Amino acid sequence: MLIFLLRRLMQACFVMVIISVISFSIQDKLGDPVQQMVAMTVSPEERNQLRNELGLNDGFFVQYWRFAKGAVQGDLGTSYYYKEPTLDVILEKLPATLELALCAIIIVILVATPCGVLAAIKPKHILSRLLMVISSIGLSVPIFIIAILMVYIFSIELNMVPSFGRGQTTEVFGLWESGLVTKDGLKHLLLPSLSLAIALMPIFVRLIRAEMMEVLQSEYIRFAWSKGLSAPRIYFVHALKNTMLPVITVGGIQAGTLVAYTILTETIFQWPGMGFLFMDAVSRVDTPLVSAYLIVVGGIFVITNTLVDLIYGLVNPTVRLASHGL
Amino acid sequence: MNLLSVSHLHVNFHMKKQELAALIDVSFTLNRGERIAIVGESGAGKSILGFSIVNLIGKPGYIESGSIKLENKELTTMNLRQLQEVRGKRIAMIFQDPMMTLNPVLTIGDQLVETIRSHTKISYKDARNIAIEKLHNVQIASPEKRFDQYPHELSGGMRQRVIIASVLLLNPDIIIADEPTTALDVTIQAEILQLLLAICRDNGVALILISHDLGVVSKVAERTLVMYAGHIVEEGPTLEIINDPQHPYTQGLLNALPQMTLPGQRLNQIQGSMPSLTERPSGCAFHPRCPYATQKPQFIYNGVSTVACFIIEDMLNEFSENEKEAL
Amino acid sequence: MKYSKKDLIHPVSGSRWSHILSGFVGDKLAMLALIIFLFYCLVALLAPLVAPFDIVDPAFMDLMNSEIAPSWISGDSRFLLGTDAQGRDLLSVILYGTRLSLTIGICAVLIQATLGICIGLVAGYLGGRIDNFLMRCADIQLSFSNMMVAIVFLAIFQSLFGMARYQQLAMVILILVIGLTEWPLFARTIRASVLAEKQQEYVDAARVMGISSKRIMFRHILPNTLSPILVIFTVQIANAIVAEAALSFLGLGMPATEPSLGSLISEGFAYMFAGSWWICVIPSVTLIILILAMNLLGDWLRDHLNPRTYKD
Repeated sequence: MLIFLLRRLMQACFVMVIISVISFSIQDKLGDPVQQMVAMTVSPEERNQLRNELGLNDGFFVQYWRFAKGAVQGDLGTSYYYKEPTLDVILEKLPATLELALCAIIIVILVATPCGVLAAIKPKHILSRLLMVISSIGLSVPIFIIAILMVYIFSIELNMVPSFGRGQTTEVFGLWESGLVTKDGLKHLLLPSLSLAIALMPIFVRLIRAEMMEVLQSEYIRFAWSKGLSAPRIYFVHALKNTMLPVITVGGIQAGTLVAYTILTETIFQWPGMGFLFMDAVSRVDTPLVSAYLIVVGGIFVITNTLVDLIYGLVNPTVRLASHGL
Repeated sequence: MNLLSVSHLHVNFHMKKQELAALIDVSFTLNRGERIAIVGESGAGKSILGFSIVNLIGKPGYIESGSIKLENKELTTMNLRQLQEVRGKRIAMIFQDPMMTLNPVLTIGDQLVETIRSHTKISYKDARNIAIEKLHNVQIASPEKRFDQYPHELSGGMRQRVIIASVLLLNPDIIIADEPTTALDVTIQAEILQLLLAICRDNGVALILISHDLGVVSKVAERTLVMYAGHIVEEGPTLEIINDPQHPYTQGLLNALPQMTLPGQRLNQIQGSMPSLTERPSGCAFHPRCPYATQKPQFIYNGVSTVACFIIEDMLNEFSENEKEAL
Repeated sequence: MKYSKKDLIHPVSGSRWSHILSGFVGDKLAMLALIIFLFYCLVALLAPLVAPFDIVDPAFMDLMNSEIAPSWISGDSRFLLGTDAQGRDLLSVILYGTRLSLTIGICAVLIQATLGICIGLVAGYLGGRIDNFLMRCADIQLSFSNMMVAIVFLAIFQSLFGMARYQQLAMVILILVIGLTEWPLFARTIRASVLAEKQQEYVDAARVMGISSKRIMFRHILPNTLSPILVIFTVQIANAIVAEAALSFLGLGMPATEPSLGSLISEGFAYMFAGSWWICVIPSVTLIILILAMNLLGDWLRDHLNPRTYKD
């Protein structure tokens, strides 16, 4: 376990270095701070002097080192557009994205688990077949089309829920702008989180079904039947717990997809989160913001993966007990 | 009255193209406290027989016809709820591979306690006490500690002990043990077998031991059934079968035991292998491999054992003719 | 070790194709999926001939005709599926869009496949440290979603080249980015098959006979891993088309002047609130049907080529 975690940590560091190099190169190649800072009339000599003062004429590695040092201290540069530290700009948008993603994840867990289990224990049942057909179709509909259709049906045709923005938000604990506490906020959250959930759902329903079916074939399930246990106990205690192990792993892998999907969802619903901010930054060529976003997302990513590993360890006794030994 | 009586049991496998017969006209009885063995090569249908008693044949297998009676209750027509009452409580099973039989994500204690609590309404604490007592009975050291451990922390032999303990929890009438020692180290095999034997004898539990090893069977079972390709080909007292095997297949099995071979000699074997379900030979299923095969087989009762083979009669005839000539 | 003649002969021959073909006839759904796919391919290929309007013609865009509903609603028989916001005939634009989407998808997957197959073969055949390193790379690449990597790189390219120049190069960049980001799937599958094939006797035999590694890999092992490649190929084209559409939707892909299905949907989305639903919905449906057909085809191939069911 310890070795496992160390290896994970090394991989995480490796990933972070790559991301930071990429984001640094974007800033280095694309943005010329001097151009942003001074007027057109300033002479080339003066510009050059300014560049020297800012250290822009130093070698790539010297500059990168400076950048990385700043990044570790939380200084990721200043946004051209907002004229504020990029990290502040991003963190301000973080709650919106997190709320959206968390709601979607909760919906996925609550719906996909029973559906997958049903499809696994009664594969011939009409409902399971319907589920499989729907999930096959769902797998083929790109997320942005799901979102568009949701907007079209529920906002435009039925006029039930708003289609963009976050609605009314309230400050919770002084640091979190939450849309979860007001009715208006929840209403705004409904469509985006549902779209996100529907897009992720088919993968999980199919995965849970496939894993569950395999587990149900195993000897220990047969032994459980031979002990005369009740069906719910066998399905939900014996089988489901074993099913969840591979599902958690795949869930971790899907974290990247989730980030990409939030970008799409946020763009469609103009949800004021990080993804929306990122696309804005791209179209405004706000390079410090773009590179800062990459680093923040990379960080979130590494944290999620470590969390997933930890959860896996908690569910799987084989991993957990190995750590006692070390 | 017989504790368990199986009569004319046919089990089929439902395949896309055809129905495959896995058990053909299997009949036998088991008395209270009796220990019988079912012997045969892998693929003979002995495990399927074991599973079909508690209606646990995996798909696509199903019981085609015949009856299985526990005292006077018919098991084949029971619904799931009724079966759950029987499974574990009246008839318990021990599986082949202890590494695969215990659920890896639940503690030993959980898996023992759930068995008790699903059949009787008692508190967790009482169930825990019973479980620990049974763990103690199967000679597991410091059962309280084992109770909270996970299966992967135990050795194979230890796990099989746990499984035996879990089988004993509800004092069943019958234990079906499907190759309980095959997956274990040779040194542990004897221990587990002794334990199983002692437990059955002490508690008056009937045992159906499924094995491919006549050596193992001879130590435990009072009566033996020899199976080949879905048929019971010979049935009789274990001693009788070992000392005087009638069916050529049984003879082959006995000859193949390493004990039957002198040091340095090649091990005996039965030529060929068990036919698969799809290509069952006509007539006696054993005839392609039978050293004596000539014609059609028949069931013959020679007074002690029932044998499904035709050459016996010929031999008897031959014998009597010789006798006549001698006279 | 001795080898009989039978061991030296490849277990695969032309029978696979006849096997696939004969399976199709029995399965109506697979047949339908194949027909739909072929229809799309045909239409894409013949777009300049079938399209009622020439998309390059300057007269093609006429703002006078903008946002006309499909003919069964508006009664305007000139435009079967109506027109978009710039007055272009929607049917023609969709035909050309499908052509673009399919081209990008297939080209991207060709790149993926080449890269993935080479890496997978090398990793699986050579094993050891090289294998370890390559698969770790694949792991890292896979754990970032392909979409995310593509978004990032396209965003970088867009800022690098500037909007106007980027739009000229969009197609090539899209193909490259989608092609380069999804190789791990191929690599992993090929590696797994190679590892399985490596155990087979004919590979041993070939090596004993002194055939070079490269030849063993490409002439002996590769043909036997074709089944999984075929499955992934089909599914990946669908994925690449979706990726392209999503990227175009975000404004990182094809420009509105040269629309793929994704950019058509993106463009149409803005007009949906104004009531012109068809600009967005019809290309969406076109896309969904294409993806669905390809996925069905992939599923069917996977079930049918599964080694366990392949035998009987």
